[in-house]
Amino acid sequence: MVPAHPASDAPAPERAPLPEGRPEGRTVLDARDISRALTRISHEILERNKGPEGLVLLGIPTRGVHLARRVAERIAKVEGVEVPLGTLDITMYRDDLRQHPTRGPQHTVMPPGGVDGKVVVLVDDVLFSGRTVRAALDAMNDLGRPDTVRLAVLVDRGHRELPIRADHVGKNLPSSRGERVMVRLEEHDGYDEVRIATAVTTETGVSA
Amino acid sequence: MKKHLLSIDDLGVDDVTTLFDTAAEMHDVQNRSVKKLPALRGRTVVNLFFEDSTRTRSSFEIAGKWLSADVINVSAKGSSVSKGESLRDTVLTVAAMGVDGLVIRHMASGAAAQVSQWTDAVVINAGDGTHEHPTQALLDAYTLQRRMGSLEDKHVAIVGDLTHSRVFRSNVLLLSKLGAHVTVVAPPTLMPAGVTAWAKDAGFSTTYDLDEVLPEADAVMMLRVQRERMTGGYFPSAREYTVGYGLTRERLAVLKPDAPICHPGPMNRGLEIAADAADAAQSAVLDQVSAGVAIRMSVLYHLLAGEGSAQ
Repeated sequence: MVPAHPASDAPAPERAPLPEGRPEGRTVLDARDISRALTRISHEILERNKGPEGLVLLGIPTRGVHLARRVAERIAKVEGVEVPLGTLDITMYRDDLRQHPTRGPQHTVMPPGGVDGKVVVLVDDVLFSGRTVRAALDAMNDLGRPDTVRLAVLVDRGHRELPIRADHVGKNLPSSRGERVMVRLEEHDGYDEVRIATAVTTETGVSA
Repeated sequence: MKKHLLSIDDLGVDDVTTLFDTAAEMHDVQNRSVKKLPALRGRTVVNLFFEDSTRTRSSFEIAGKWLSADVINVSAKGSSVSKGESLRDTVLTVAAMGVDGLVIRHMASGAAAQVSQWTDAVVINAGDGTHEHPTQALLDAYTLQRRMGSLEDKHVAIVGDLTHSRVFRSNVLLLSKLGAHVTVVAPPTLMPAGVTAWAKDAGFSTTYDLDEVLPEADAVMMLRVQRERMTGGYFPSAREYTVGYGLTRERLAVLKPDAPICHPGPMNRGLEIAADAADAAQSAVLDQVSAGVAIRMSVLYHLLAGEGSAQ
């Protein structure tokens, strides 16, 4: 339904500043931890759904898209079935649109077959306030009517501001509101890692 | 991006890229069953049109509505303008109602810039006299870019009534900005005064000979002969104009087969463009119309959605 536009790929990624010596903060998950977490999430999704039938994976840009692809690969390995994969941009549905300079929207790519009557698993990197997921549910509303929507995240760092919870969590990461959680993925940043760092004075925390 | 969109000069190349990227996403929304995004919920946009328009006004209206803004159309006919109200009073009256965006078309060049000084609302120029029509240029360049990949080093011919064309002025500025070589073609009577000096400054070419340009062109943009603005005798007869400057069936055969043909509409079929050319596979005329909505959604979104744009 949605053709690809090669000219309008996501903006160039901002690389995390890596100062000489050790980057700031501490590593919470390394590449192998991330891999194991995603494998477990993939199995959980299959177990919960009793197989791959009717499953659709929707990644939330930017890093949720890569995570969704990895989960799809793992499901394909276990079940030998290609689960339909899409991306769901939520920029226009954010509730803080008015508080920031305008950002361009990213790709929304509906999976072949759409989402009507499907079991949609939303995939994102960090679950924090829950506002991104709320926006994603609104965005989904305009695209179709899934049978069920579930949520898989790599990191749940707490501090929810809305009644939202994840169904599949890679790592529960207790954090203070001011701390920053940084997810770095091979496809986007060149390496796999999740770090947590103390607050920068003006920052209110970084999440998806 | 600047607060208002009054001229193509208000946009840097980065801004144009951002607008095109967003327009591509908006294009996808046109294919959805639910054509609605919540980005401009609670914003009010007024289309203030002092001249006739079908596609510009309706595409701004659709664009605003698909982004969930409240859109009101005010046209000179049937408003207090026909009772003699001045432009300033009309604008102040409309603005006093709490409007966030003002899309204005006016027969006086510079009207949009003037209006932007009278109101705090975001002003978008939808055509001011013979000066500029930036969203038309954006949708033309966007259509060409989607057809041709990049405009870098491409040769674009703009043909027709240049004297009365604001589309031509905005297009020359934008296409040059994007790296295209532009040649403008018109009969001597419809070549604006002083265009040679401007062409030298801005780096485009001018010629009176369409047949010399056509075989080389990577894209051709036909302009409408604006009979309503013509007070003097610019050419002896419609037939003579067609022979010299119309995109006829014979000229279509000379054009590169993949060179897109654009026309901002409304077309005078048989005058500046033959039906064969207007309906050819390489004609981009309908693409332009659908791009019009996407581009205007993109412009409204970037000028009205973020912080600092609320009244």
